[in-house]
Amino acid sequence: MSIEARDIHFRYGRTPVLKDVSFSLVRGRFHALLGPNGAGKSTLFGLMTRLLALQSGELMMAGQSLRKQPAAAMREMGVVFQQNALDLDLTVQQNLLYHAALHGLSRREARARSDRELARFNLSERADDPVRKLNGGHRRRVEIARALLHQPSLLLLDEPTVGLDVASRQTLNEHVRHLCAEDGLTVLWATHLIEEVQPDDRVLILHRGSLRANGEGRDLSEAADRDGIAETFHALTGAGQS
Amino acid sequence: MKAAHYWHCFVGIQSREWLRFWQQRTRFFSALVRPLLWLAVFAAGFRAVLGVSIIPPYQTYITYETYIAPGLCGMIVLFNSMQGALSMVYDRELGSMRVLLMSPLPRPFLLITKLLSMGLVSIGQVYIFLLVARLFDIEPPTLGYLAVLPALMLTSLMLGALGLLIATWVKQLENFAGVMNFVIFPMFFLSSALYPLWKMQEASPWLYWLCQINPFTHAVEAIRFALYLQWNPAAFGITLAVTLVLASLATAGFRPQRTKILPGVA
Repeated sequence: MSIEARDIHFRYGRTPVLKDVSFSLVRGRFHALLGPNGAGKSTLFGLMTRLLALQSGELMMAGQSLRKQPAAAMREMGVVFQQNALDLDLTVQQNLLYHAALHGLSRREARARSDRELARFNLSERADDPVRKLNGGHRRRVEIARALLHQPSLLLLDEPTVGLDVASRQTLNEHVRHLCAEDGLTVLWATHLIEEVQPDDRVLILHRGSLRANGEGRDLSEAADRDGIAETFHALTGAGQS
Repeated sequence: MKAAHYWHCFVGIQSREWLRFWQQRTRFFSALVRPLLWLAVFAAGFRAVLGVSIIPPYQTYITYETYIAPGLCGMIVLFNSMQGALSMVYDRELGSMRVLLMSPLPRPFLLITKLLSMGLVSIGQVYIFLLVARLFDIEPPTLGYLAVLPALMLTSLMLGALGLLIATWVKQLENFAGVMNFVIFPMFFLSSALYPLWKMQEASPWLYWLCQINPFTHAVEAIRFALYLQWNPAAFGITLAVTLVLASLATAGFRPQRTKILPGVA
């Protein structure tokens, strides 16, 4: 059980943004959600995180319907948003404790978990620093630690590497892959950067609101008779031809 | 979800608000300048122009400063609640609303708790204002400071809910200046904050009725009467009823997608 989307349509006013999107993710795997800017990735994230209300179709999060049992579904999800969603003036730990409280954890439990996550993320010595003092890569790591505090089984990241330099981008990507392997997390990593995708990843390609492909990267390339994810992606979306 | 979860969440939202307040304490104190200017300068200038006769809850002739002090308490809450509520909707920079809404607890609970926590911070400001006001001989009975608390809480919740409603539904007012001109100033001036309504009735029956249907008038009167340890069931009741209606409308109608939190969505 992971994420299952069935027949999702979504429109802003009269403009259709998602058209008949259906997929299911493989438990415990790293999934890359690829799409050029404007493909509908953010809208899909908005729907999965209940920022937007479903207009039609169904989203199941670890077996819980987002429409019918939103609370149970939300508990299964850890989310890292595209924009920074940390309080810059509060310390790393204060940010984590706030999130834990929002999930109904007691202060003591929250502290224990936040200490544990920070240690695991090599951030213990930064616990009392205001987030403002951290560099972009570290801030992102804090956001991931925060997303995992309530021990979700799904981790959703919406273009988490935007604004990071190449080195931090790579580190972050490896870090999440490591978490995926270590904790058995099901990861959905939205990006428009193909270099963040590996051939044995599960890949979903979204283009103009439709899902063009969903499968193992290598298989998709074979089926499209292309060499590597980049070419497959370009073939399916017509992007990057110039 | 158990009661303990709600409690931890409630405490967490409150403590974050106070932590933020502490970070921004200079802003907090500079916000006190506005009501104090009204009290020290405006009121001093106007006391000669306006004679205030004996009206309840006061038992003697009072100075104009004494009259407007409760109105200025209302003003502090009005500005803070509106600003806070609007920032809940327009605050795209920090994405803090997105974090709040990722909580599995029901959204109406989260929104009301958030409004309450912002309200408590502005009530702290009201109390500091009232302390400074003692220097201007505004000395309500000691117990009045306690009695006014429920009225202040209701007022802040009512105005916060109104701010949320406006921010969610009125797209044209997308900045604070717009809300200032079309909501805050009309609400403030069309109320009993600065002048007793019988004065307004003499001036224009029309304006008088506008003042009467303005919920802020009743909130100010609830504050005024409570501060002087008198019970004004009409003012309190109207404020309570309007608060309940606005809070349920605001939380039921809260549509984060109308807020353009997703920039350039496609």
